[in-house]
Amino acid sequence: MRITCPICGERDRREFYYKGDALALNRPGPDGGEKAWDDYLHIRDNPAGETRDLWFHEAGCSAWVVVTRNTVTHEILASELASKVKEAAT
Amino acid sequence: MGFSGWRVIKEGLTGNRGWKPQWRDAAPKKDYDVLIIGGGGHGLATAYYLAKEHGITNVAVLEKGHLGSGNIGRNTTLVRSNYMMPGNSEFYSHSVKLWEGLSQELNYNVMHSPRGQIVLHHSDAQRDAAVRLGNAMINRGDDAELLTRDDVRRMVPYLDFDSARFPIYGGLLQRRAGTARHDAVAWGYARAADERGVDLVQNCEVTGIDMKNGKVTGVQTTRGVIRAPKIAVVVAGRSSQVAAMAGMRLPIESHVLQAFVTEGLKPCIDHVISFGMGHFYISQSDKGGLVFGGNLDFYASYASRGNLPMKEHVMEAAMTLMPMIGKAKVLRSWGGIMDMTPDGSPIIDRTLIDGLYLNCGWCYGGFKAVPASGYGFAHLLATDQYHETASKFQLDRFRSGRGLMDEEATGSQHNLH
Repeated sequence: MRITCPICGERDRREFYYKGDALALNRPGPDGGEKAWDDYLHIRDNPAGETRDLWFHEAGCSAWVVVTRNTVTHEILASELASKVKEAAT
Repeated sequence: MGFSGWRVIKEGLTGNRGWKPQWRDAAPKKDYDVLIIGGGGHGLATAYYLAKEHGITNVAVLEKGHLGSGNIGRNTTLVRSNYMMPGNSEFYSHSVKLWEGLSQELNYNVMHSPRGQIVLHHSDAQRDAAVRLGNAMINRGDDAELLTRDDVRRMVPYLDFDSARFPIYGGLLQRRAGTARHDAVAWGYARAADERGVDLVQNCEVTGIDMKNGKVTGVQTTRGVIRAPKIAVVVAGRSSQVAAMAGMRLPIESHVLQAFVTEGLKPCIDHVISFGMGHFYISQSDKGGLVFGGNLDFYASYASRGNLPMKEHVMEAAMTLMPMIGKAKVLRSWGGIMDMTPDGSPIIDRTLIDGLYLNCGWCYGGFKAVPASGYGFAHLLATDQYHETASKFQLDRFRSGRGLMDEEATGSQHNLH
């Protein structure tokens, strides 16, 4: 599997560390409440198909990247810098 | 129709013409008392214990493919009970006890082979942890022995004891641990459940769960509507999809775990050997193949096949532990879809929907759990009470934080267990 880093281009999967679902970017505030924290830490949509998850280009440019990926075919569909995704959301 | 030595001889002398199909290929009826979604090891065991322990036989197991076509046929067949946390501890202990009588109970040879599992340690701190785990196992009535480096060398002399990174300090041995024939477990439970009147319905995919006023009433399937007041979801890596049919989201992420087997070799590895530092474990099947595996590929996946980097890592770990394995040729590799939970322990529980029950979250340890999982889940389905050996696998523990069973203390990230 090769992952496209928005900065470095297409790279070997081994250069990346996998964090998990991209909802990791939406950390609730300390007073977010039990349900928000449960959703954030534990509950997952876990789709069989297209998903968005968060990868760290550890052995490359050290960027956090949101990758759109198919969990059934392992196809990489899109990738954006997590910082951009975060900016767009706020 | 029972199996026995006499029967094998008689059939052998008469051209093996007397063997019959081991279970009916049942068509679904309109109504049942209990529907079990998923005809894998856990689902079939649940059906068997519902019939045997609780006399509930108006039961159908609904399987979208053929029986035993999921993880029960894709695992590395280990049976062990080296768990420490309350909840897991009594459960796996119970499971090993059920394994020990399983072939006789089912009249089906599941080839349970308690050949002993050695878990290696490589530092003083790891030895301390092994002593603590061993004591915990002994305290609840199971067996554990601490092996010195020389003991390990006598038992498995072919390991590399002096590797610079992970020199072997010793091991923790559970003699009652071992392996079993994975497919035979599914077939044995299927046959025994069928004999007691359970309908095993294959090629029947559930496409919807029907509910009325917060209660389940039945399921939509590719073979029509089937009604039942109790529905048990036992679908491992596909749990999130089936739960979504009932509007539920689960604390589960599905990951791929690979396994490998070499060409058949003469007997050379007599035990199960676990090399935690390399995320590597190995045993030898009765056919002679070396069966081994490693860690998850680490990213969410439903592909049932893995990628090359983890293959490379597993081969490196194998060579680090036992250089002699370099002479063997890998025959094939495969992957299974693992239902990973945030604490690495399973879920056997009711849900907030009346009549809907859940058995999932086995991560990559589901095979050894099959008997106790079926036993405990059947108890819950029949009595609405947790069985004493399966009372801590509650769905709510993640939200509340009470009763988490994180054996490796790796936190709430699904793929780290």
